[in-house]
Amino acid sequence: MPARRFPTTVLALGATSAICEATLRVLAERGARFYLVARNQEKLNAVAADLRTRGASGVVTHAMDLDDTAAHPAMLATAAQSLGTIDLALLAYGVLGNQAEAEASYAAAEEVLHTNFLSAVSLITWLANYFESMGQGTLAVISSVAGDRGRKSNYVYGASKGALNIFLDGVRNRIDRAGVQVLTIKPGFVATPMTAHLAQGPLFAQPSQVARGIVKAIEKRRDIVYLPAFWAIIMMILRLIPRRIFKKLSV
Amino acid sequence: MPQKSAGPGFESWGRYPKLDASVVPLNWTSDFPLRPPPATRMLPVGAGRSYGDVCLLGHGTLLRTRGPGLSGGMDRLLDFDPATGILCCEAGATLGEILDFAVPRGFFLPVSPGTKYVTVGGAIANDIHGKNHHVAGTFGRHVPRFELLRSDGTQLICSPAQNANWYAATIGGMGLTGLIAWAEVKLRPIVSRRIRYTGIKFSGVEEFIALSEAHAKSEYTVSWIDCLATGHNFARGIFMAGEHDTVAAPLKRSKPARLSLPFNFPEFVLNRWSVGVFNALYYNKQHTKTKNAIVDYEPFFYPLDKLQHWNRMYGRDGFLQFQCVLPWEAGQPGLLEILKTISSSRLASFLAVLKVFGDAPSPGMMSFPKPGITLALDFPIRREIAFDLLERLAAITLEHKGRMYPAKDATMTAGQFQAFYPQWKKFAAYIDPAFDSAFWQRVTV
Ligand SMILES: Cc1cc2nc3c(=O)[nH]c(=O)nc-3n(C[C@H](O)[C@H](O)[C@H](O)COP(=O)(O)OP(=O)(O)OC[C@H]3O[C@@H](n4cnc5c(N)ncnc54)[C@H](O)[C@@H]3O)c2cc1C
Ligand SMILES: NC(=O)c1ccc[n+]([C@@H]2O[C@H](COP(=O)([O-])OP(=O)(O)OC[C@H]3O[C@@H](n4cnc5c(N)ncnc54)[C@H](OP(=O)(O)O)[C@@H]3O)[C@@H](O)[C@H]2O)c1
Repeated sequence: MPARRFPTTVLALGATSAICEATLRVLAERGARFYLVARNQEKLNAVAADLRTRGASGVVTHAMDLDDTAAHPAMLATAAQSLGTIDLALLAYGVLGNQAEAEASYAAAEEVLHTNFLSAVSLITWLANYFESMGQGTLAVISSVAGDRGRKSNYVYGASKGALNIFLDGVRNRIDRAGVQVLTIKPGFVATPMTAHLAQGPLFAQPSQVARGIVKAIEKRRDIVYLPAFWAIIMMILRLIPRRIFKKLSV
Repeated sequence: MPQKSAGPGFESWGRYPKLDASVVPLNWTSDFPLRPPPATRMLPVGAGRSYGDVCLLGHGTLLRTRGPGLSGGMDRLLDFDPATGILCCEAGATLGEILDFAVPRGFFLPVSPGTKYVTVGGAIANDIHGKNHHVAGTFGRHVPRFELLRSDGTQLICSPAQNANWYAATIGGMGLTGLIAWAEVKLRPIVSRRIRYTGIKFSGVEEFIALSEAHAKSEYTVSWIDCLATGHNFARGIFMAGEHDTVAAPLKRSKPARLSLPFNFPEFVLNRWSVGVFNALYYNKQHTKTKNAIVDYEPFFYPLDKLQHWNRMYGRDGFLQFQCVLPWEAGQPGLLEILKTISSSRLASFLAVLKVFGDAPSPGMMSFPKPGITLALDFPIRREIAFDLLERLAAITLEHKGRMYPAKDATMTAGQFQAFYPQWKKFAAYIDPAFDSAFWQRVTV
């Protein structure tokens, strides 16, 4: 395996996500340069100031709603031009949605699928071609353990992440041979604004802990990483439960 | 829109009193004012390292500047100028996070309390003091500027020159004047993590005062005192002085703490005998009268931080803190009376600290420190006994023209508070109409 240079130019899609921000801090301390995309300019300014203070060698912000797939190619081209080359693209935005609403109405389900899956497909399609043509780089996407098996309590969100996993598997098989790393990140419960309404049990990890795991997985050129690592075991067990039992469980 | 937390309620460090409130995490300074505004009164909170009810509001809404699990939230570092040492950060950043950033760059906090797990907002709102109060004054003296957000949407940049009255009301303002969004903190340079330490055993208050005078030029001084010992051991203790080492050494970042007290101790673990044994062992650990050493700053400043959740040691019911300052004029007899009252109460306390405050004026209208001697210690809650004792200690403090520290209080009466802080009425004019605290309700009834 070729020795890798640490990513110095980083495109962050959903840069105001707590997990993303924590990851960018680790990279900023090593002097990386950033192109940050998220939908709220005020929040972007705060993230940018923090990364600069921690050692980023440059930060450009770009406010847009990433649901707007028609605007993706122009944004990505501007980002690539601004960074020179993109070493790392980190897709981090997402929505949890509301399972009860998504059960009751297709429109609500479609929103979740559009943000978590379809808009990601649009970005990944462009980025896969970009990285393939560069013959290098890392495409890292935050998915979720929820995509490993459909559960009654959150299968719409789970399906959006499961579809993302399959899509990434295929993309990886296509461009890995071009020298591109495709990393599927599967966090378990993380204490972030997305989960602030849930009771914080002992299974919750801190964003900074997940961030260190993401950076390590990039450095080690991993394909798929569960964070924290024990989720790999939990999900393996969950997948092994026979369907006839699983369908009776209240998970 | 920030969401309400369904997680466990918010407790202060003393875990007394226990008051229910809804907690709204603020992840961004732009999350405040809340939209829509809550139906209840509000109070900003940081890491909940205050002991009593200054960071609580029963049936209210707590605006928490730290994320769930107390990481993340409003913790961003917004600017740093190595030429001036001025760091600008959001109010939820902790002093520990500032150290992680600053130490490798050759800078250190201007003032450190006994734990690094407090937020900048909390440090300003209680205008905290450290082991260098006699030379550096309070934390607020090193905060050139901050932004105050009011519930009506007003944004006030506050400094000694700009909105000076809001600056003075908010430093030591116990979170009542509005939400501090960000603040500047002036850091000081260091060349090493190390502290040159001197520990000197003393016996009696007079010797403590003599040592404090002899070491008035030492940057950091504090004393541990045995509050249980009687007879010829009465008021024995260890005087500790420290300076930043001036010999350059690697400025690495600290490793995260790993040890944690996972459960509550049953009540009987901490009693007069076990604490007496601890105190005797601690006092006698140092064999010689004077001991010199070079130590890392972590154990010097934050000996208790090594064990996360050490407050669980006091059991589920929690504990009470008492901290007073007695002015020089009346200091010695007052202190003797307080120490005698404590030792004869037979209530166990092993974390007792004695220190001299200097005369650098505090910038806050309601700041606690003033020139004199300060004593801080905690008591397990044992039915009414601890409350009776604290009532007596407060009365002695008042009689000797001292005052008590709201950040460490759960028991002072309205009459006592108003006598300790006669300026409270003037301060009340600056309170945000949508803000309130359990402490403020208690002391202004
Ligand atoms: C082990 C230990 C040692 C200590 N040693 C010392 C010491 O040496 N010297 C000393 O002075 N204190 C000491 N303390 C007390 C501690 O420093 C103070 O109580 C401090 O204010 C706690 O900060 P916090 O972030 O936990 O705030 P909290 O306890 O959550 O809140 C404290 C106050 O700050 C207000 N506040 C918090 N954030 C904001 C904000 N953003 N805007 C406006 N108001 C806000 C709250 O309303 C509340 O009134 C010690 C505490 C412990 C647990
Ligand atoms: N937290 C967990 O337990 C957990 C577990 C597994 C996986 N994940 C995944 O981790 C990723 C990051 O989430 P997080 O936990 O860090 O939560 P978070 O802090 O709430 O981040 C979610 C981010 O997505 C952004 N976003 C949502 N829709 C967007 C859109 N249409 N356009 C642009 N940005 C949009 C949000 O922007 P705004 O700030 O503007 O709203 C927010 O910054 C998500 O993909 C999530 O599914 C989280």
